[in-house]
Amino acid sequence: MSSVAQPAPSRRRRRRHTKLQRRQTRIGWVLLIPSLAVVAFVAIYPLGKTVYQSFTNAEFLAGITPTKWVGLENYRTLWHDTVFRHSVVETIKFTAITVSFEFVLGLIIALVVNSHFRGRGVMRAVMLVPWAIPTVVAAKIWQWMLDDTYGVVNDLLMKAHIISHPHAWVADPATSLASVCAVDIWKTTPFVALLLLAGLQVIPNDLYEAAGVDGANALQQFWRITFPLLRPAILVTLVFRTLDALRVFDVFYVFFGQRPDTQTMAIYAQSTIVGDGHVGYGAAISVAIFLIISLFVVIYVTFMRVTEE
Amino acid sequence: MSTAAETARTTAVRPISRSRRFRRSRLGRALLKIPFWILIVAIFVYALFPFYWALRSAITPDNELFATPIVYWPSNPTWQHFHDVLTSSFFLHALLNSTIVAGSVTLLSLVIGSLAAYSLGRFRFRGRSAVMYLMLSMTIFPQIAILGALYTMISNFHLYDKLGALILTYLIFTLPFTVWVLTSFMRALPADLEEAAYVDGATPLQVFYKVLLPLIAPGLVTTGLLAFISAWNEYLFALSFIQTPSHYTVPVAITSFVGPSGAFQFPWGEVMAATVIVTLPLIIATLVLQRRILAGLTAGAVKG
Amino acid sequence: MKHRRLLVLAGVVGVVALVASLSVVAAGSAKPTASHQATAVAAPKVPNAAAIKKKYGGQKITFVGDSVGNGHVRDAALAKRFTKDTGIKVSVVPHPAASDAAYSQLARAFSQKSSSIDVAMIDVVWPGAFAPYLVNLKPKLGAQSKIHAAGIVASDTVNGKLVAMPWFGDFGLLYYRTDLLKKYGYKSPPTTWNQLFTMAKKIQDGEQKSNPNFAGFVFQGNSYEGLTCNALEWIASAGGGHYIDNGKATINNAKARTVLDAIRNQIGKTTPRGVTTYQEDQTEHAFDDGNAAFARNWPYQYGIGAGAGSKVKGKFSVAPLPHGAGGHSVATVGGWQLAVSKYSKHQGAAIEFVRYMTSKAVERFDAITNANVPTIPSLAKDKTVVATNPYLKPATANVARVARPSKFLKTHYNEASKAIYQGINQILNGTPASSVLPGVQSKLNQILKEH
Repeated sequence: MSSVAQPAPSRRRRRRHTKLQRRQTRIGWVLLIPSLAVVAFVAIYPLGKTVYQSFTNAEFLAGITPTKWVGLENYRTLWHDTVFRHSVVETIKFTAITVSFEFVLGLIIALVVNSHFRGRGVMRAVMLVPWAIPTVVAAKIWQWMLDDTYGVVNDLLMKAHIISHPHAWVADPATSLASVCAVDIWKTTPFVALLLLAGLQVIPNDLYEAAGVDGANALQQFWRITFPLLRPAILVTLVFRTLDALRVFDVFYVFFGQRPDTQTMAIYAQSTIVGDGHVGYGAAISVAIFLIISLFVVIYVTFMRVTEE
Repeated sequence: MSTAAETARTTAVRPISRSRRFRRSRLGRALLKIPFWILIVAIFVYALFPFYWALRSAITPDNELFATPIVYWPSNPTWQHFHDVLTSSFFLHALLNSTIVAGSVTLLSLVIGSLAAYSLGRFRFRGRSAVMYLMLSMTIFPQIAILGALYTMISNFHLYDKLGALILTYLIFTLPFTVWVLTSFMRALPADLEEAAYVDGATPLQVFYKVLLPLIAPGLVTTGLLAFISAWNEYLFALSFIQTPSHYTVPVAITSFVGPSGAFQFPWGEVMAATVIVTLPLIIATLVLQRRILAGLTAGAVKG
Repeated sequence: MKHRRLLVLAGVVGVVALVASLSVVAAGSAKPTASHQATAVAAPKVPNAAAIKKKYGGQKITFVGDSVGNGHVRDAALAKRFTKDTGIKVSVVPHPAASDAAYSQLARAFSQKSSSIDVAMIDVVWPGAFAPYLVNLKPKLGAQSKIHAAGIVASDTVNGKLVAMPWFGDFGLLYYRTDLLKKYGYKSPPTTWNQLFTMAKKIQDGEQKSNPNFAGFVFQGNSYEGLTCNALEWIASAGGGHYIDNGKATINNAKARTVLDAIRNQIGKTTPRGVTTYQEDQTEHAFDDGNAAFARNWPYQYGIGAGAGSKVKGKFSVAPLPHGAGGHSVATVGGWQLAVSKYSKHQGAAIEFVRYMTSKAVERFDAITNANVPTIPSLAKDKTVVATNPYLKPATANVARVARPSKFLKTHYNEASKAIYQGINQILNGTPASSVLPGVQSKLNQILKEH
């Protein structure tokens, strides 16, 4: 990423104390006031409360048992919790599959829409359809389509002689992850495509013209011009897609409910807090989820910094 | 930019390889396009098939919905489901509520987010990165974890069962990526863009409004669209903070349809009709917006 | 560009016009009701209205009732009549359709000591969890509770306090195809599980020749609360206890293992492999589309099957569920109760509303207009009620009811039920019961100890 406006070199020696730098700092912070206010209200208080609760034995319907401080006990239990560990593995598998597919598919769609290809207008409209349908409804539609008796997917596959009898895509543990990935990819590729498209649109056309004149073919143009200039957009997209995938809830909930072998981290947190009523333990799970996802963020950031140099 | 004459002189005359000649020939080009077109058709089918399924189910009478063998297009299509959905008072209200909530959240996110992006992208001061990661950390907690605390806060602000509760809480997930995406757009603009404007005596806000905002227009459209759709699709907070049916948003309204025989019966026909009703205007609206913006964008984005 | 914008605008106008015209046209067509002929019964008048009006008239209460749809319409009609007669304003708020969302809504309001809810509709397994937050109705409604089914009243009584009044009662039934039984030479529905499996196999083999999607027996096998209900019927009818008996977990016993393994062995044979994802809706579709010989479901399915447009209209009936060898038929109790919140500011008015809603006249009204299963046994003798709810015939209505062990588990009921249904779902998916039940039993004992 290119750097921001810097003061002239001669002033750099006394950067911190120049009037210009102080002015920059002041304006910078003033502009941030609205955002920080939002963060303070809707984020810091709830997050702080959750962290605090993770050190207590709070219950949803406390009744007569008082809430008391239990220190690290929730975390100790969490460390030995095999269900949680399994849910982490499930979530990471899901994330790896969906983010990679969505990225490739989204890039293809973005390139197509950005080019002078004949059907790009239609492609632009088509790309929005999966997105406009609310997630819970889309999940239910897919669940119906993948059903082993009434599912149109099985019907079509049998008509095309690809399978001989209907398969229970969602019920069978071997294909359950694939089926939920197919739905999520369908639903969120537009998000990726749109972000990448925005990034593509700011690449000036002259660069391509010059390259074309110099004899570069389409593939070379892609690798030498498009990809490097698109890198910031790609990284932001990947970061947010990964974060969302690690917190996935809706699709899994509609497809599997409380099925034990297909729980993601968020489903496990939900079932602990709301279903079992263990608010304190659930808060500990949430903090653990936060730390795990932060790990991914750190990896991405390090990767960004390293490749920038 | 090289002139035509210079170009003609400097272009090396290299022998073209045979594969390249083939690829450039008519037949080659046509053949190369086939896998490309297959891919495009596959993407179309993948994207549109569930919508076709929703459409056919919306016009299929109840007793044919689950008929085996599968009915691909009903023999007696019916408008009954659409009628039921449109005459249910709270669904039309829900469309309005969702539009209000999503629209307000988008507006707020864009205003607050672009100001923040201006600060984080064009100014240098200590604590920039910390703020960006603070924003990011807002989206890392699972929604369910902060639900309880948010519920308490909403009750204390007397926002329970009001759309304001949703507008406020949706900022938790729309603001971070708005800030991040717009910041990356701001950073990508040339370093001394504002110098000329400062020399002319413009204030920072004027620079922001007149110079920078138009240049990051694709970013604004994109994050606006993403924020709108995220707010539109959100389910958990809408279910937890809203009680009266006339305040429902679309996802809650659709999932609250029950069949005539009670909660055990899921009214597929109505839900599919509602889905179609919700999807079509959104597509048309985005089509209109997209064409307008994309046409004017490439002009503004380029020359720096 | 100019023309394109015009075209899109025309498209929008066209869609709006189409939709508007559709509503007008469709307004004329009658809605095919899947349920029964509603005899025009008006909401009953409130007994003792004048006295109530004098004491509580003008107060405002909030009733969190049935979800949006016919249930909400019924609630609104009753509330309107109540307001008219007593002057107590009742604001009816439908609860979320999903059961766990409804539970969270109430739990959150109670834990925040909110006075926003006065009367709440609670599931039959929730009194144990919500008891500390509910008013004891015994002083004022104890007499009225005597006309309701004793089993449900007992389950609504926690530590001697009557925390909720029975309102609707649900129970498990065996639906069977009378025409297919006749076709394959069976004179009566099966009484034991083994008989059921044999009959299902024979009918399925015969029917699959013309209908490859036909299944012998369908039920709710998904990993959710409904499976706890289904499995309780299997286990209790085989003499295997009720998950928890006398405060101790008893699920891991030989009879329970036998019956669970027997059902597991039928999956993929007379029960479709996908049954481990079935809830009530899928079961109902399978049976009512003519793709199943036997189905276990709640009474609500009766009305749909008997409604206009149903493929099995006139071809099915209901019977008590089969039992294991040496056991007897049982049915799991479901349904809803009405409770008054301890934090309500108008407890007196709220109790009067509950008295009205759980009275014999109103339950009769509910049964006739909305096919709600009454909790008052004497209503099963009412001819109009039985006409609209044929499953209330004595053979099925008098089956012994079993309740899920929510009383022992109180606020931990959901957690315990999850352990049960996750375990049983695992068994149905192929793991033998002997490997799963010990774990479930120890988890249940651990939860019980947390009291």
